[in-house]
Amino acid sequence: MRQPDGSSSFLTTRVDAMLGWVRKNSLWPLPFGTACCAIEFMSVVSSHYDLSRFGAEVVRFSPRQADLMIVAGTITDKMAPVVKRIYEQMAEPRYVISMGACACTGGFYRAYHVVQGVDEFIPVDVYVPGCPPTPEALMHGILKLQDMIQNGETQHDRLKHGKPDTTATAG
Amino acid sequence: MTVSSTESPTQRPPLADPFPEGSVAAVEQAADGHTVLTVDRSHLLDVLRRLREKPELACDLLADVCGVDYPDREQRFDVVYHLGSLEHGHRFRVKVPLGEDDPVVPSAVGIWKAADWFEREAFDMFGIRFQGHPDLRRILTHEAFHGHPLRKDYDPSQRWLLTEKDTMAPRWATEDQPDDEHMDTVVLNLGPSHPATHGTLRTVVRLDGEHIVKAECEIGYLHRCFEKMSETHGWQQVIPYTDRLNYCSSMINGVGFALTVEKMLGIEAPPRAQVVRVILSELSRIMDHAVCLGANLVDLGALTNFWYFFQIREEIYGLLEKCAGGRLTVSYARIGGLAHDVPADFEDEVRKLLDSIPKFLDDVETLVTTNRIFRDRTEGVGVISGEEALAWGWTGPCLRASGIPYDVRKAHPYMGYENYDFEVPVATTGDTYARYLVRMEEMRQSLRIVRQALDNLPDGPVITDDHHVALPPKEKVYTEMESLIWHFKLIFEGIPVPAGEAYGFTEGANGELGYYVVSDGGGKPHRIKVRPPCFAIYQAFPKILEGLMIPDAIAILGSLNIIAGELDR
Repeated sequence: MRQPDGSSSFLTTRVDAMLGWVRKNSLWPLPFGTACCAIEFMSVVSSHYDLSRFGAEVVRFSPRQADLMIVAGTITDKMAPVVKRIYEQMAEPRYVISMGACACTGGFYRAYHVVQGVDEFIPVDVYVPGCPPTPEALMHGILKLQDMIQNGETQHDRLKHGKPDTTATAG
Repeated sequence: MTVSSTESPTQRPPLADPFPEGSVAAVEQAADGHTVLTVDRSHLLDVLRRLREKPELACDLLADVCGVDYPDREQRFDVVYHLGSLEHGHRFRVKVPLGEDDPVVPSAVGIWKAADWFEREAFDMFGIRFQGHPDLRRILTHEAFHGHPLRKDYDPSQRWLLTEKDTMAPRWATEDQPDDEHMDTVVLNLGPSHPATHGTLRTVVRLDGEHIVKAECEIGYLHRCFEKMSETHGWQQVIPYTDRLNYCSSMINGVGFALTVEKMLGIEAPPRAQVVRVILSELSRIMDHAVCLGANLVDLGALTNFWYFFQIREEIYGLLEKCAGGRLTVSYARIGGLAHDVPADFEDEVRKLLDSIPKFLDDVETLVTTNRIFRDRTEGVGVISGEEALAWGWTGPCLRASGIPYDVRKAHPYMGYENYDFEVPVATTGDTYARYLVRMEEMRQSLRIVRQALDNLPDGPVITDDHHVALPPKEKVYTEMESLIWHFKLIFEGIPVPAGEAYGFTEGANGELGYYVVSDGGGKPHRIKVRPPCFAIYQAFPKILEGLMIPDAIAILGSLNIIAGELDR
């Protein structure tokens, strides 16, 4: 840090706090958009809501270049193996936001071909309710996830480092 | 032949006995304007062929093929063909009753190419087998699925798990090709999670060098059981589900469904509701075209336009949110009218939109319409002739880009569309560029309709006062015994839609959006079959691709505007 007299000093912090700060401000989302929520996700990254204000606008459709999967839309039994495979292709640490009622619980499709929540097969960090959630709700979800990353409270921390389970709900 | 006739709203087709003696078991003029023929399966192909080929019938559009299950009937299933003639404007419905132990009918693929996927769907959902179909396998559900979910005895919550081992790859993709060891051809999988598919579409292609020699689509990745869910809900409760069919223009879906049920009930929404429906439907059409073109242009590398188009959407969202409370999935239409009246500043808000939207359209036109790169990538790419498109069951902007001016708003006007002065844009080349031009012009025509509708927006109620259909106002429920009783009956027993059936169709953003609704007189629908326009369009996609390259495939797919929610339901 620069002192008033022009000399420089230094800042002390813990490594994991530093890493958390870096990671939370450079999330690269992979939008796993299947349905209506994906259209609202497009609104979130477009000019009006502009997700880049939170450092998470670099949308990547390649799982190997992304660390945040946003499951936006209904996941069906036919789609489930694809979601799982793409999740597994992402590099760690990786995070999941479940956007919308369908991804969280199956929504009002309590039916023969619909997964009743993606947490049936992948760990979810933040659940964003709504059908579809408003853009503000998704942003809240991302901010919530940023806090969790900073504090070491994500599913990744729990699975890899045995931290307690603290899933969050935003919106 | 027995003919029982009621006065029909559309033109009566000539029935001067074009069918051989004894081939048609019954002819009936249905209240929805369709001529309903009941045919034994042994005569089916003969009757269908005559319907298509006789010049006085000329049914060139096969709109839909679907099954219906009547578990109490001796012949349990009906296979229903919905046919239309663009030239004469008449509509036919051909029904073939089938027993449970032998549900087999001959396939109509040889008469209309459009039958291909519709028959596969009927097989998947009901187990009806179509003899002579080239590739009769499941289409919406996955390969580990057992049973036929739309049969009435199938439990709606019975799921079957698909593991990672099962992948729905076309048979030819895994077959060995003699050339494969020399790497002459390569099989490439696009989707179902791919940036350029904008949804859950999957296409498998075989490439020879850079050229596609064979392609096949796999769908159903968003099959969320709309039709089964609507059989377990009351009539009004189906409207939120319809919103999620084509979620880019949800208002149009709800209006189409409400109109169909209103037709069965014999009621009409009040004039104010009709005009508000027109205004919001046309704005929804603009939203739909905006997301289609925006996404199509992004795929071709033109990102700026995406921001312009999404700004249009955001501004319309603002209006919809004020009216309905929701941005994307509005659930604003009701059977009999609208959920509630529009806000007091509705007119001012719409006029603001009428001023702002053309500016964004002009910006896009300046950047794109004469852009050399865009034209090089789209002109002459993905050409389909009008005749071919119609044979595949295409409707909407994609058909009009191939030179056939079929628009339900003009051909079969509803909600007073005959009173508005607007043009139906038509292009002749049938390529990707033509589809872009048609959609751009349609947005301007929709603005014209909105302006006229707004100038003539009547006052009055927005929902019918027929309390068999609409809930009485809340204040009356609290103060009047009779209203309380109506309220109670409607909530507990549902709307008494008379037993019968109707096919209602409107011009959705992608084409003819049809609802085939069957009621058994109970408080819930017996069957609702949606005729999704992009289902018919997407089935022609593999054929268009042959001989083209992958970048062309991306450009074409974007221009067809395939919405997974509507495609897979």
